[in-house]
Amino acid sequence: MAITDRDMGAGLRPSLSPDGWLAALARRAEAVVIPLGALLAGLAMFGLFLLTQGKSPAEFYALVYKAGFGTWFSWQNTLSRAAPLLLAALCVALPARLGLVVIGGEGAVVLGGVAAGGLAGAFAGLPGGVGLPLLALAGGLAGAVWIGAVGALRHYRGVNETIASLLMAYIAIALMNHLVEGPLRDPASLNKPSTAPLAEQLRIGDMPGMDVHWGFAVGVLACIAAWVLIDRTTWGFAARIAGGNVRAAQVQGLPVGRLIVGFTALGGACAGLAGMIEVAAVHGSANASLAGGFGYTGILVAFLARHNPLAIIPVAILLAGFEASSGLVQRRMDLPDATVPVLQGFVFVAILASETLYGRFRVFAPERWRAA
Amino acid sequence: MMEGDLGLWAIPLAILGGAIRVSTPFLFVSLGELLTERSGRINLGLEGTLVFGAMSGYAVAYLTGSAWTGVLAAAAAGSVFGLVHGVLCSLPRVNDIAIGIALMLLGMGLAFYFGKPFIQPVAPDLPAIPLGWWAESPQVQASLRVNVLFLIGIVAAVALWWMFRATRVGLLIRVVGDSTDAARAMGLRPAVIRTLATAAGGAFAGVGGAYLSLFYPGSWNEGISSGQGLMAVALVIFARWNPIACFWAAILFGGAGALGPALQSVGVSEGYYLFYAAPYVLTLALLIATSSPTRAMTGAPGELSITK
Repeated sequence: MAITDRDMGAGLRPSLSPDGWLAALARRAEAVVIPLGALLAGLAMFGLFLLTQGKSPAEFYALVYKAGFGTWFSWQNTLSRAAPLLLAALCVALPARLGLVVIGGEGAVVLGGVAAGGLAGAFAGLPGGVGLPLLALAGGLAGAVWIGAVGALRHYRGVNETIASLLMAYIAIALMNHLVEGPLRDPASLNKPSTAPLAEQLRIGDMPGMDVHWGFAVGVLACIAAWVLIDRTTWGFAARIAGGNVRAAQVQGLPVGRLIVGFTALGGACAGLAGMIEVAAVHGSANASLAGGFGYTGILVAFLARHNPLAIIPVAILLAGFEASSGLVQRRMDLPDATVPVLQGFVFVAILASETLYGRFRVFAPERWRAA
Repeated sequence: MMEGDLGLWAIPLAILGGAIRVSTPFLFVSLGELLTERSGRINLGLEGTLVFGAMSGYAVAYLTGSAWTGVLAAAAAGSVFGLVHGVLCSLPRVNDIAIGIALMLLGMGLAFYFGKPFIQPVAPDLPAIPLGWWAESPQVQASLRVNVLFLIGIVAAVALWWMFRATRVGLLIRVVGDSTDAARAMGLRPAVIRTLATAAGGAFAGVGGAYLSLFYPGSWNEGISSGQGLMAVALVIFARWNPIACFWAAILFGGAGALGPALQSVGVSEGYYLFYAAPYVLTLALLIATSSPTRAMTGAPGELSITK
């Protein structure tokens, strides 16, 4: 930002004026510094928790770094695990624009996976270039219908979306178990009931030159697209208005109902796509592994990113790194497998409690600098 | 064969017995949620509290050899979770729904973390009263083995109803729940009362969890809860924030939850997983039927964020 005449007139400290570049930076810094501080506070609380367990926090975090981010190999593992988290987080972040707290993304992930696994047989004769997009469409559609229904119930029936989405996640998991153990079961899957394995050309492969499947790229693109939608289009703008004040939006003639159903359905489509990618890139068929908690970790990712789709990308990678390292950490430090959920819980609580800090620090509010 | 004697009557009998057995955790969690919500806050974290209560109750019962000590420990653990929720939500701009979600995940994580060593050992059970002593059929007897906690839950429901209706404490909670401004004008401190109500609500949820691990199903494992803590939120709405109605709603939910196992016990295994989803479908259906897009719900505390 150029220094203007007015800035010069402010005296020896031009950048301290409320519209200088430093002021612009300070305004933006609040949304980065506070979540980062809360993240560190959460990690510190978990460190104290480890101390009470007679374990070394330093060793823990060193192992997490090594197994999650230390080598190219561990980076590839982390990025592969980030793919479903990116998409599941969008299922929380998109409805959040309208002020909705949708936490049942797990259901959409599961049904997206089942839709892909169940339809894969019908597409087995198609070439990958046609079959894969169709599978992705099926997965996305299943998720869109599931979470879009939550939005419709919210708008047309006044049903609380938080509870409804979570109940529907339980129903989705029951549906999956029914389908995978019943009508869609591959008789050849003995120990772990699954749908029939996907045909080779319907599997999602790795990106060139690395051991990371294409799902990661899809997730990143989805985040960028969601950011464009929210920040650069009239729909995103309308959604933000409706999220701030529904009545005002209705008075303005905004189609609140369509916005709510559209954004929830879009979020659900992302989560459904995550399930499809898990099936096509990781498991090779739909089975109970789909209910692996991506939907729940996605909630944490979205809240940590303050529902900003671009911020979801680094946050999802960070949390994927934690999950990628959990196996090594458990073995080396003799910790139970619930260690990472405990860590996530501490971070989550810290991040939400930090909401109270916004607007408290003068350093982030250039208008109030002069008063110092 | 006793099945031959009872025939198809075995199904309603199994559902009745199951309803009594399955409803108790619903009853306790929903009473806890009700107490919290009447003070104007919602605690979505009771699912985590329930699971942690199940773990801590089982662990303490195993270590001390006394099931009732386990129940007390679960109540204490639950009130700590409630206290944390209450204190955090007293900070300005902190959202009670979001904190509830976080505490749900933290509570389950901590329960699984500390519960690992207690999956194998066998803890003492809570005692049951054989109300079916008069019957000859062992199935009838089994169905009517009623746990003491179920009876305590009924007493608690009546006591809460009386408290909200006729006591000073009940009135204070209702005032705080209906209007923060009115409460302040009366010289009350809404944050303190809400925090205490949430802590007490957490204790109820903890006891509900202890019932799961100490009586039915009667063991501790990571799949012990099937969302009772979440369904309780919908159950309280359905019961219109009335403790007595909570009891009947809990019986109804318990019956829905017992449908799958009851059908399985007479040999119907087709679509088992779909029957397993019955309580969730019922909850959702009731939620849809009792919500309205235009008006606030009758009986809802005025400060409650989910009904505004």
